Amino acid sequence: MTAAMTARARQSIEIVTPEGIHFGLPLAGPIARLLAWVIDAMLIGAGISVASQAMSIFGVVSSDWYAAAVTIAYFVVSIGYGIAFEWWWSGQTPGKRLMRLRVVDALGLKLEFQQVAIRNILRFVDSLPLLYMVGGATALISRDAQRLGDMAANTVVIRQRSLEPLDPAVYAVARYNSLLDYPHIAAVLRQRSTPALVELALQAVARRDELSPDAQLDVFRLLAEKFRGVTRIPEEVTATLTDEQFVRNVLQVVMTNRIHS
Amino acid sequence: MILDLARFIDSERPLWDEFEKMLERFDADARAPMTIEQITRFHYLYQRSSSDLARIATFSAEPRTREYLESLVARGYAEINARDYTVTRFRLFRGPLGWLFGTVPRTFRKHFREFALGVAITIGGAAFGAAAVHFDTGAKAVLMPFPGLQDTPGKRVKEEESAKGDRLQGHKTTFSAELMTHNIQVSLFTLALGMTWGIGSVMTIFYNGVILGAVAADYVAAGYTQFLLGWLLPHGVIEIPAILVAGQAGFVIAGAMIGWGDHRTRNERLRLVSADILNLAGTAAVMLVWAGIVEAFLSQYHQPVVPYNLKIGFGLFELTLLILFFTRAGRAPKSK
Repeated sequence: MTAAMTARARQSIEIVTPEGIHFGLPLAGPIARLLAWVIDAMLIGAGISVASQAMSIFGVVSSDWYAAAVTIAYFVVSIGYGIAFEWWWSGQTPGKRLMRLRVVDALGLKLEFQQVAIRNILRFVDSLPLLYMVGGATALISRDAQRLGDMAANTVVIRQRSLEPLDPAVYAVARYNSLLDYPHIAAVLRQRSTPALVELALQAVARRDELSPDAQLDVFRLLAEKFRGVTRIPEEVTATLTDEQFVRNVLQVVMTNRIHS
Repeated sequence: MILDLARFIDSERPLWDEFEKMLERFDADARAPMTIEQITRFHYLYQRSSSDLARIATFSAEPRTREYLESLVARGYAEINARDYTVTRFRLFRGPLGWLFGTVPRTFRKHFREFALGVAITIGGAAFGAAAVHFDTGAKAVLMPFPGLQDTPGKRVKEEESAKGDRLQGHKTTFSAELMTHNIQVSLFTLALGMTWGIGSVMTIFYNGVILGAVAADYVAAGYTQFLLGWLLPHGVIEIPAILVAGQAGFVIAGAMIGWGDHRTRNERLRLVSADILNLAGTAAVMLVWAGIVEAFLSQYHQPVVPYNLKIGFGLFELTLLILFFTRAGRAPKSK
């Protein structure tokens, strides 16, 4: 089994499966990773505190046993936290889960226990001299934003993406769509509208009710201007349309290829 | 090419949902048993989603559904394409005894050259430390910055042998736990420094050797060889090899980083030795737990409480067992 992998300017790693399918894993940014680490560090502190309390049961035997149990609990929690969570939660700690990050194999394969353990053991070096300066610097200059532990374990930290496909109801227009009477305009709109602009318009339609009436007018006016800039649209096509209706009609044209009947 | 995205999503969505549900099942329980029919269905759904992803890639104006499908295919790909199973895997949780008496000694022998390198560096460091203390009395304060070692050996031996009562009474277990955790941290640190192409591991092991050589030279020159052996051997014959095993793992990492004469990529080389690195790290940790117990409960007691010859004999016995373990255990029985 082989998989070709190339870097895309440290934004994502692209994997090509043996079947020839391409998919990308978007790499996590340093700020998100830092925040996840801060959350985890606080939880480790809390975990140590709880474990120390739980170890008070050994105080029944002797204060010596209690102190030894606390020493070991501190060590186990601080080292084992990352290993245990990343193994049980398939590459996530509570901090990573909150920040929607995940550790994955650098080739897109299933994460193995030894990878989880090695990347966490290597924290000893990554955390040098303090506050993960070695790891942070390595991740910044590394092609795949890997700290030393990630390099040794062949892992990368990725952003988890939204797991929802587009809801067709967003751009489904029940009314008459004048743009569909002009197939050449529809074709140009489909060809030249950028993914970013279309995504922006979809978001605006999907979340219009979250906007105030004035904001709605502004947002759809700006979007309509952008779409009008894509190609010249005859005046009679849009004369009676509000900006929002025009944007909705454009979306229907771009997202579907239904010929108006 | 997709002519109607809405219709495409409508028709394919049930299959994506079914695929996602199966993936969620794997997330919840990676080892959940599957029937042949389920496996066949899972494979079909993966291929179908992959095909959908290839088709929607032509539809650049709709990134969200493409990203959703990429995410599904990536998760399915990870499930379907497992690691190369010819690579040695870390099996501690599949049988601790099998791991300890099989995997550990085999892994040690497999990378014996790296262990031998650590031994050589330690000997070099010890020779340097011994020479430094011998030729420069002022070097002792620099090489052994530990309060207990700053006095003359004679004074220390006199104090230890005339001690009344158990000085560790009431905190022996704590002392043992502190030794274990500290030494394991030092070992893991030595291992991790393998990522510096081994330079950090070499420096750590060399420094350990320097301290060892300086202490040994100081006590031997003062005529307290028996005290030294009785003090160091019971725990040292396990603790020092444990640090060397951690260094061995560090050199395995360094070897994969450097990759002399190996045509594979650095990632491939590191992937191939990852299980061995973890096995050696686990070995060092287990050894240091034992060494911590022995150091707190035996090494700190001297004549007349515990006769030196008994301690030295115990140390030599441990060393013999350790050598036998690493050289003999885990070998396949010879065929008749």
